[in-house]
Amino acid sequence: MKRDWAPHAVLPALILIALPAMGATNWLVLTVAGLAMGAMLFLMAAGLTLIFGLMDVLNFAHGAFITLGAYVAVSVAAPLIGWSGAESWGLNLAVFALAIAVAAAVSGAVGWGFERVIVRGVYGAPLRQILVTMGGLIVAQQLFIALWGADAIPLLKPKMFSGSIELGGAAIEKYRLLALALGLAVFAALHLVLSRTRVGLLVRAGVENREMVEALGYRIRRLFIGVFVVGTALAGIGGVTWAFYQELVTAQIGGDMTILVFIILIIGGLGSVGGSLVGAMLVGLTANYVGFLAPTVSLGSNILLMVLILLWRPRGLFPVAH
Amino acid sequence: MSDALLTLRGVETRIGRYHILHGVDFAARRGRVTMLLGRNGAGKTTTLRTVMGLWRASAGTIEFDGRRIETLGTPDIARLGIAYVPETMGIFSQLTVRENLLLATGRDGLTEERLDRLFALFPALKERFAVPAGVLSGGQKQMLAIGRAIVEPRRLLVVDEPTKGLAPAVIQQLIDAFQRLKQSETTILLVEQNFHMAASVGDDVAVMDDGRIIHTGAMADLVADEALQHRLLGLSLALHQ
Amino acid sequence: MRLEALLLSGDAPRSRVLSALLAAIVLLLALAPFVFPGTRSLAVAERICIFIVLAASYDVLLGYTGVVSFAHTMFFGMGAYGVGIALTRLGPGWGAVLIGALGGMALAVAVAVVIGLLSLRVRAIFFSMITLAVASFALILATSLRDWTGGEDGLTFSVPYALTPGFKIGAYNGHLVAYYLIFVVAALLFLFLLRVVNSPMGRVLQAIRENEFRAEALGLRTLRYRTLAGAIAAAVASVAGALLALQLRYVGPDATLSFGIMVDILLMVVIGGMGTLYGAILGSAIMVMAQYYLQPAMGALSGAVAGVPVLPALFHPDRWLLWLGLLFILIVYFFPAGIVGRLRALR
Repeated sequence: MKRDWAPHAVLPALILIALPAMGATNWLVLTVAGLAMGAMLFLMAAGLTLIFGLMDVLNFAHGAFITLGAYVAVSVAAPLIGWSGAESWGLNLAVFALAIAVAAAVSGAVGWGFERVIVRGVYGAPLRQILVTMGGLIVAQQLFIALWGADAIPLLKPKMFSGSIELGGAAIEKYRLLALALGLAVFAALHLVLSRTRVGLLVRAGVENREMVEALGYRIRRLFIGVFVVGTALAGIGGVTWAFYQELVTAQIGGDMTILVFIILIIGGLGSVGGSLVGAMLVGLTANYVGFLAPTVSLGSNILLMVLILLWRPRGLFPVAH
Repeated sequence: MSDALLTLRGVETRIGRYHILHGVDFAARRGRVTMLLGRNGAGKTTTLRTVMGLWRASAGTIEFDGRRIETLGTPDIARLGIAYVPETMGIFSQLTVRENLLLATGRDGLTEERLDRLFALFPALKERFAVPAGVLSGGQKQMLAIGRAIVEPRRLLVVDEPTKGLAPAVIQQLIDAFQRLKQSETTILLVEQNFHMAASVGDDVAVMDDGRIIHTGAMADLVADEALQHRLLGLSLALHQ
Repeated sequence: MRLEALLLSGDAPRSRVLSALLAAIVLLLALAPFVFPGTRSLAVAERICIFIVLAASYDVLLGYTGVVSFAHTMFFGMGAYGVGIALTRLGPGWGAVLIGALGGMALAVAVAVVIGLLSLRVRAIFFSMITLAVASFALILATSLRDWTGGEDGLTFSVPYALTPGFKIGAYNGHLVAYYLIFVVAALLFLFLLRVVNSPMGRVLQAIRENEFRAEALGLRTLRYRTLAGAIAAAVASVAGALLALQLRYVGPDATLSFGIMVDILLMVVIGGMGTLYGAILGSAIMVMAQYYLQPAMGALSGAVAGVPVLPALFHPDRWLLWLGLLFILIVYFFPAGIVGRLRALR
């Protein structure tokens, strides 16, 4: 079996092709914007690809955990508005980091409860799983409105991260660089855990062949819970970054991303964290490039991207799962 | 019956609405290789999967070393010291050979001693130690699958059609490997279609048809009796190369 | 029993309570203009009729074929926009209505066949994900193609004269005609679906739904039947959409293609009872009633617990979907056959 290099070329190819299509400055701005959006989408999608790859659970309520992260960011940032408004990198980063930490904890905890109460009873029953998790999404969105109100809530970026810096003649938004850095850091951490630890080894093996891992003596059910919690925590972090980016939080903020997250999973290949990074970047870049070149088509462009990639690679770019 | 390490009595298995096993009775004796033979669709793989707890028996009992295991989950059955090599080999293609083996070891890990013993049996694995298992040839994958099952001492090996789809030269290597394994008094339950392999390696034999055991006895007796072979398996085993 | 075999295709309610409920609902709907005078109540009754048909068509997919599609509202929209565009461009004539409805239906069937072929090539979960993307794409198309669809604002148009208040029959006017058009077409479509699911094909579908192994063994026949069932469901949904266009004299993305509608019919079918068709009648009546009667009740409850921290917000009338969603989850877990199943079990 030859190593398959073609899928690795798609992302660089897209970035390179875009350059002649627009001026160099525009290209720089949009590429950073696309990669940053990709990084945020990666945070939202990575957890789901592992959950699905390992347990065959497609959580239609995944968007609710993104929204939860966004609302937690609102609640954490509100009392710390002084820190957020200060001209201090330290205080600004502290607010950001705190929002992320609390959102991860809360999303993870709610995820744990969700797995116990809602998901556990429907393993291996795809129809009921889809229905039940969709029901969970409906209920969750209503709960958000009940707890935080029906109005959209503003959430401003911390002072030092709003605005742009000049890079190569282009104005690059500072927040985008932060989001990109965070996304890449999380990816690096996930990659390390997956490739260097025993748990990571089990997850990678389990994504490929759950049965065989059990036949080797591992109680993979316990692993499920851990992966589910990590997955929802990541979604929560994604929600925080997206909330600060949008600067406006509504009860649909996560649900609106559901389709893009699914597209990323399909493009990247189910069960592959690297695949979801590439997929997320592709989606982010497509949204930004097409948004500039042909705004009317931009909303449907990602769906078209998905169709094109599926025609080329029906199982996604880097499929892993059985 | 303390002679028998694994005993199945009246085991029935259903999958959905299909009744596959209709009362399987046989035993695998300690330190010996028991062959499980039969035509395609006779229920051999289902039997192995039921032993491993991958499918739940709807009736009957399975005893391992005096202990009832038919209600246990797969991980617990494996932890009792039973290793499984499925028909599909169960290799993790994205993981390296080393990582595949690592999964099969407990806290002691992959010691030099264990690796040496393994490489003595399957030298091909040594060169490809750091290579993703998906890149290996069919024969090498099978060696890895078996290697994974024996890298730590196990009490029972359950192996499903190891020679399937392999070239004769590779099959011979596997036969040699199994014969060396026999010397260490491992108990093996082996499903096989290849007569040459079965005759070379098997001590006892159980023949299945239609979800039931229709014959048990010594392998040597079956090999000697062509008429019996014909009656039990439809054709002479010698034709199954 | 002749009536039962003929009218209901042999698929009786099989429960006294259920029969009584259904009879009551049907009777009230049949006599609505006389029992509930006033344009608003009539509009509610019309909406119930339309959604009964839409939900029943979805039940054919979900309950009988075992397919979870989130793109069903798309077919609803196709029928609605078909009629809407035709009436806008061709003027308020019955010819336009027919052209629009048939055009919408043709498109719906074509798309349904493509989707049906896709559904057998991918796993169930994958398929549901893709239908979500398809539904979103349909919504995007409807809002982008402003010249045809009126974009976000939609299209407002006139309907044939016989359906307007200007048309008089004694003490009544065109609104009565409109109501009975909707009621009769809805009733016929429902009985048609009842016949479809009780046909030999329908029985094969139910067998497939219960036993996937056999389904794979049937192979090509499965593909044909599932695609046919999908096409029928899509066609019926599109006619429901055509009725909606006539009722509202307006089509727009929110009224016809929104995810909210998808959620509504999902809840109707599951709460009423999947795979029963009668569940669609119960579910539709319950959902529409909930929107009108549950809300004041919740408002009262919310007022009663005014002092307590979170509770008033939970019982706020606008949160009726929260409680229905919880009911939905409970039903999927404990009563997969919904209310109809429960009533039948009680017997």
